Amino acid sequence: MTPNAKPKFAMYWAASCGGCEIAVLNIHEKILEVDANFDIVFWPVAMDAKYKDVEAMEDGSILLTLFNGGIRNDENEHIAKLLRRKSKILVAFGSCANEGCIPGLANLSDSRELVYTAYNTITTDNPHQIYPMTSYDVPEGEIHIPTILPVLKTLNQVVDVDYYMPGCPPESKQIAAVIDLVISVLEGKAELPPKGSVIGAGNSTVCDECKRIRNIKSIKSFERIWGIAPDSSLCLLEQGIPCNGPATRSGCDARCPAAGAQCIGCYGPAEDVEDYGARLISSFASVIDSNDPEEIDKILDGLVDPTGQFYRFNLAGSLLKAGVPAWKKEKA
Amino acid sequence: MTDQFEPTIIGFTCNWCSYRAADLAGTARIKYPPNVRLIRLMCSGRLDPTFVFKALASGADGVMITGCHPGECHYIEQNYKALRRFHLMRRTLQGFGLEPTRVRLVWASAAEGAKFASEVASFVEEIRSLGPLHWGKNNGKDDVQSPTQQSKPEIAEVPA
Repeated sequence: MTPNAKPKFAMYWAASCGGCEIAVLNIHEKILEVDANFDIVFWPVAMDAKYKDVEAMEDGSILLTLFNGGIRNDENEHIAKLLRRKSKILVAFGSCANEGCIPGLANLSDSRELVYTAYNTITTDNPHQIYPMTSYDVPEGEIHIPTILPVLKTLNQVVDVDYYMPGCPPESKQIAAVIDLVISVLEGKAELPPKGSVIGAGNSTVCDECKRIRNIKSIKSFERIWGIAPDSSLCLLEQGIPCNGPATRSGCDARCPAAGAQCIGCYGPAEDVEDYGARLISSFASVIDSNDPEEIDKILDGLVDPTGQFYRFNLAGSLLKAGVPAWKKEKA
Repeated sequence: MTDQFEPTIIGFTCNWCSYRAADLAGTARIKYPPNVRLIRLMCSGRLDPTFVFKALASGADGVMITGCHPGECHYIEQNYKALRRFHLMRRTLQGFGLEPTRVRLVWASAAEGAKFASEVASFVEEIRSLGPLHWGKNNGKDDVQSPTQQSKPEIAEVPA
């Protein structure tokens, strides 16, 4: 045990890009407050600590763990379970841990296919067809690398999660607000929200925060953002640009639409949306101005990848969770 | 005959036309396969695509969406909304690697009991030839239930 009496803080990355860590550092000088109030015991991207050190800690001894990344391999799963045991408050931090995010799109493919793509496509120089093996004998003994799971899971599909903080990555402003809240809870000035709450985000949709002018939507074609010169003050969906705002949770100040780009849905499903893609299917289908099946089909041809459009961030956390190739593998 | 695959099909019917078509099929004693479980909605426009995804994820092998004929919707034009959702849903399901024909849209008026019955029969045969989907059983999720999903209270059944 360290003599340090400050509450302990940990942050971990599983299958993620590291953007969440950068977002945490983007809170600027507030990071000093984190250091002043917490004893950072485990944060692989920022400091040296071994899994063994975490294993040696008492159960429940870490006050707050921000867990980002999805569960892609057995190492991720092991650490998720380990940190769950060691932490009082486990936060699914960022889109990957919440709903799978971009790594979750791999759930549309068989995991063998993923490895094949990574090691044997035209951009990979692998003349001897060398593939990673999960265990290998060397003179010093047998060595192991983590085994890829058939489907990527979200954090709450593996362990119990206390709070959910969405975003890809969460806005730094929101992270700072959450840190402020935790510090005031430590000082006895505030109370934690009920378990299972979404923190650091709004309860409404991106449309609600979007400043663009909205009229009755009725479109004859879907457009790609680079294909037209969108009106800078009018709702993007009204202009035929597939904007995911109607189903996406607020909390980002509608930054993308404000900058002229469509919402891609990184804040995940809005409050009470059970399946993000299904909600978007509803809203996109409602704005198509046609009652003729052939014309509808033609308009829908403008949406080149509906599955990617609707589940870019949410696939692993959706009702279907994975595509047929991935779950066929899981069955085998 | 004994080990013939019996698909589970969830059928969504609208209160004003297709549910009455099913009713008529019943009163007229038209036989159709018992594989379809009907759920009555007020209108096909009430059909949230979530219902379809949930049905497939929970073990249905196919989903049949039924409504009033175009132009005959009790709520003026909501069945057109269902039509557009249906098209978009099929495309999305295709991206998941699912056969899009597992979801079928049928228009049936209150007078078309025979049509309703024959559509059910042909859909059952089509799904039978596609084979079981068993999404909920085989996608490896039954062993790791989401704790948040578990903790949600069960919604009480509302008798029709």
